Amino acid sequence: MTTNGTPLVELRNISISFGGIKAVDHVTVDLYPGEVVGLLGHNGAGKSTLIKCLSGAYQKDGGDILINGEIVDIQNPRDARAQNIETIYQTLALADNLDAASNLFLGRELVTAMGFVDDSKMEAETRKIMARLNPNFRKFSVPVSALSGGQRQSVAIARAVYFNARILIMDEPTAALGPQETNMVSELIQELKAQGLGIFLIEHDIHNVMKLCDRASVMKNGQLVGTVNVNDVTDEEILGMIILGKKPARAA
Amino acid sequence: MTEAPPPIKVSAISRDAGPSPFARFIQDTEIDPRLVGMVGALLIIWIGFDLYAALVLGRGSVLLGSADGTAFLTPRNLWNLSVQTASIGIMATGMVLVIVTRNIDLSVGSIIGVTGMAMGLLQVEILPQYLGLGHWSIWMITVVAGIALGAVIGAFHGWLIAYRGIPSFIVTLGGLLVWRGMAFVAASGRTIAPVDSTFALLGGGPYGAIGSTGSWIVGLLGCAAVILMLVSGRASRRKHDFKLRPVWAEGFMALIGCGAILGAVLLVNAYPWPKGIVAAYGKATGQTLPEGTFISHGFAIPVLILIGVGILMTFLMTRTRFGRYVFAIGGNPEAAALAGINTRWVTLKIFALMGVLASFSAIVTSARQTSASNAMGELDELYVIAAAVIGGTSLAGGMGTIYGAILGALIILSLQSGMVLIGFGDGSYQKIVMGTVLVLAVYLDILYRKTIK
Repeated sequence: MTTNGTPLVELRNISISFGGIKAVDHVTVDLYPGEVVGLLGHNGAGKSTLIKCLSGAYQKDGGDILINGEIVDIQNPRDARAQNIETIYQTLALADNLDAASNLFLGRELVTAMGFVDDSKMEAETRKIMARLNPNFRKFSVPVSALSGGQRQSVAIARAVYFNARILIMDEPTAALGPQETNMVSELIQELKAQGLGIFLIEHDIHNVMKLCDRASVMKNGQLVGTVNVNDVTDEEILGMIILGKKPARAA
Repeated sequence: MTEAPPPIKVSAISRDAGPSPFARFIQDTEIDPRLVGMVGALLIIWIGFDLYAALVLGRGSVLLGSADGTAFLTPRNLWNLSVQTASIGIMATGMVLVIVTRNIDLSVGSIIGVTGMAMGLLQVEILPQYLGLGHWSIWMITVVAGIALGAVIGAFHGWLIAYRGIPSFIVTLGGLLVWRGMAFVAASGRTIAPVDSTFALLGGGPYGAIGSTGSWIVGLLGCAAVILMLVSGRASRRKHDFKLRPVWAEGFMALIGCGAILGAVLLVNAYPWPKGIVAAYGKATGQTLPEGTFISHGFAIPVLILIGVGILMTFLMTRTRFGRYVFAIGGNPEAAALAGINTRWVTLKIFALMGVLASFSAIVTSARQTSASNAMGELDELYVIAAAVIGGTSLAGGMGTIYGAILGALIILSLQSGMVLIGFGDGSYQKIVMGTVLVLAVYLDILYRKTIK
């Protein structure tokens, strides 16, 4: 993996506190085009919080977000979307009472010439992208509450993929999935990576990290333990970073 | 001898036909089963009152063919029912949005009081000083000012709820008290009368209805709209290669839609002006109208306002981004925010809209009683909430329809007017019945939702 040139994303010295507790404490990570960076750490290590500063769900207290080397201001999810940052949240963030198409286009509805939402067009587009991502998906006209975990996940993924993301954030995308669906997500990650997207992947399963990620940034208690090239370390060494918060000497 | 092979296909088709003819019918026509239930409940209430009046009280009955002025299902009674429904129905459409987003508005009755009072003072005591009594523009200025006031009050509630984080229950409970008090203070408790004569038409009555020809025009336009919607809906599905409804189902929907509209036209046209009004009208216009001249009421203006509001609100909820966001916020507020929806701004707009609709109801109510009093709209908030909930709006958020809320209002007002008709109109029994029906309706809805899951 080449890590020369300007990173696609650089989170520089990011800090955010909640009620006096430093959830993220001066953390710096970066991401290059065509790269998958794993964000690892225990529950409460601050990975999701860090990433929510990038996706606009939280506002950082300190530090800078740089996209292609330029400082950008991300105040809310709309700002993030304007930077072609798409996020698949752990909770999926779907409106359960709406159908797949309404969720896919939520906040970015296709409209007719008169400015009214074009449900037929949106459903047709949803059918197209689903045919690519999950050909078994058939339930287009029911609320997503009626879908299985895997089907819901594919709606969330379709939403991120449809809008030509440059930067994709995936928060434990396979946590609720069976083995077959997990494979599907893995293949998708490889495909998107080949298309030149940068992907931040929050993942607990160390095998998935070794398989999918180019680099891994490990966090503990809100601080960055270190960033390593996955090919240079063993899975035990990464586990050591997660558990003990110690960066292996030779990978430094 | 060669025998024809057994018709395998038939059995395959019949297995496809699904569990019951009714379920298949619902599936093909894509009618909301809850709508069928509500219409059924309404018909049971109507028939029940009609038969009760006849069999228990020995009065007239339309169904038993002995109609007289005291029966329930007369054009006169149903016409009055439609006018009574207007005020609650208009507000119920807005309450759907409020409840869908997991909020509540307890202040709508008091907003009626304060906006109605403001409009009363404006048109009776203030504007005539500058424009002269009976000036043609008085009613328009009054209406615009009343709507603006409703919008401002609603927006203020919305701002406190969305941007200051005060629960809607508290904000609007406060509003209930504050605006009712303001309505009293505004005119020291006096009743302001009479309202401008053009303004009074907005409340219905013989002159406040559009007559026979006007009603036929409205009805035919309505039928044309129904057919146009079905045709364009079909065209859109074909364009995107979606499953089409069977042709018979399309025809059935057109028949039901147009039938209901034309039936309503026939009904309101069957209710004539009273003799005294005919005579007064004849005198005023200088015509000599023979004894027994039949002049139809036609649709009352407040009913047309309700229909117009219902159509616009349905459009808003199903065809605009705003409506989509209202449902999304109700289904999952966090997801809506993460999708980039400005949930606070949407919430503020919902309450502002509720304020506007309450001012519409204030116009209809004060025009109907041709006066403004500080007690206008008292307890209306409870009927409005009940109408929305009976109409299938879920208090858990995310679900509700405009037509359901209007039907809910019609059910509640049918109960109320029927109770009066059969002699239980003193209030206590009405309250007992209303309370029971509300709880029962919500329970049935819960049962229904469990079975479809």
